[in-house]
Amino acid sequence: MTQPNPIIDIRGLNKHFGDFQALSQVDLSVETGEKVVICGPSGSGKSTLIRCINCLEDYSSGSLIVNGVKLSEDNRDIRVVRMEVGMVFQQFNLFPHLTVLGNLTIGMVRVRKMSRTDAEERARHYLERVHIPEQADKYPEQLSGGQQQRVAIARALCMEPKIMLFDEPTSALDPEMINEVLDVMTELAATGMTMICVTHEMGFARRVADKMVFMEGGSIEEIAPPEVFFSKPESARCRMFLDRILVH
Amino acid sequence: MRSIKARLHWLDLVIVVLLFLFVGYVWQQIDGKLNYKWDWARVPNYLFRYDDTAEKWVANVLILGLVNTIRISIYASLLAILFGLILGVARTSRNLAVRMLARTYLELLRNIPPLVVIFIFFFFLSEQLISFFNIESWAYAIARSENAEVWTFLFGDMRQFPALISGIIVLALFESAFVGEILRAGIESVETGQREAARSLGMRWSDEMRFIVLPQALRKTLPPLANQFITLIKDSAIISLISVPDLTLRAVEMANSTRLLFETWIVAAGLYFILCFGLSLLFRSLETRIGRRTSK
Repeated sequence: MTQPNPIIDIRGLNKHFGDFQALSQVDLSVETGEKVVICGPSGSGKSTLIRCINCLEDYSSGSLIVNGVKLSEDNRDIRVVRMEVGMVFQQFNLFPHLTVLGNLTIGMVRVRKMSRTDAEERARHYLERVHIPEQADKYPEQLSGGQQQRVAIARALCMEPKIMLFDEPTSALDPEMINEVLDVMTELAATGMTMICVTHEMGFARRVADKMVFMEGGSIEEIAPPEVFFSKPESARCRMFLDRILVH
Repeated sequence: MRSIKARLHWLDLVIVVLLFLFVGYVWQQIDGKLNYKWDWARVPNYLFRYDDTAEKWVANVLILGLVNTIRISIYASLLAILFGLILGVARTSRNLAVRMLARTYLELLRNIPPLVVIFIFFFFLSEQLISFFNIESWAYAIARSENAEVWTFLFGDMRQFPALISGIIVLALFESAFVGEILRAGIESVETGQREAARSLGMRWSDEMRFIVLPQALRKTLPPLANQFITLIKDSAIISLISVPDLTLRAVEMANSTRLLFETWIVAAGLYFILCFGLSLLFRSLETRIGRRTSK
């Protein structure tokens, strides 16, 4: 099947929480296989934007087309989109009452209607990909933060999505565990997956991103390839932000 | 936690002595002024009696009543959990109409005395339903049929089935309001991240509830649900008023016919206490065992 291009097309997106405008006139398009890193100060709307892409938030106005489907209020469309969009959360959000294997297979069995054996086989394959095949039968609380986040990545990958969204995947981790997660994400990027990451890990962004996005106050201030973004960003605010986080 | 030293102060002794004096005083009042004749010897016969024709000991009215109370409590609890689950889910629904319906049901049941609820249900609904579904003749047919034994084990004497079933339903309706509130709290205690994760996998609402939210909610609410079960056993005494042959009704009958007022009620109270306290000890030990397992 040919992929619709761009695979994500966002035009004039607005989102209000009461009086507060969380997103204002956001335009962003993402090609298949493209890696986009979104950064910006907290409260700038980064998370809201990627949560809109798989309908965890609804938007007030504008248009949002994901994988050829225009997202609206229609429930059926939302599920079709979500099946093709994997999401990794800051707080992992693993299911504590299920084993690692259970966390991975439940989506395949209940949503993709796969048989349990097929699902387990695929789950083990993806656990191998995130380098923790030996943890399959443990419960989430028995794993370290880094391992939990890798399970969460594997859980999303098991659904074989076309797009992966990462919402600050390393922000809740202890420093020594950040790299194991970033390594998995870098490997994933090398497979040609379309990825949108909200992160402040600028080393990772430099290595992986095709496109850097800087947001502030609910709108996109700058979109540039990383070479340009890190050396001579156009927006003054973006420069200030980078100065602040790149000092150390 | 700091441990409390188990050492008696002289004040404790004074309190104990005063208590004994008080109990003794009441005892003396009953014995002397009421001129009450204690006759404990006749009581055991109402727990178990010797059946001459079968030549063995069989349960008599009080124990039969107790067994019925246990039956009623188990069935009513199962039903109450089912209704409560629906109610709890409805209370957390996104749909305003569904939420309001659930809320109305809940507030009605919570703000009308249980006795009134039970009378309303019994006189307005249960009679109608029982005659509509022809439950009475059905139950009598079973009582005469060959596999009556299984039914008798499950529901006691089938000729009393119509009363039993309305008792069970009314008790379940009443308790479901409380079970529903417990479950609602449980459902709301599941983090939104869990639901978002389920949704982002593409799960539909029903799967999200069934596989992600409810298993976690039920696990968290097991201790209060166990307590509610014990409360239900105690509340079940009230349905004796609509002629459900439970322990309380049997005690009423026995007290009336034998005039062993105090003995009967002391025994009935003792039976309820053993049942409820036993269960509460059991649940507590289960809870610590489960707690130990999950905290590992």
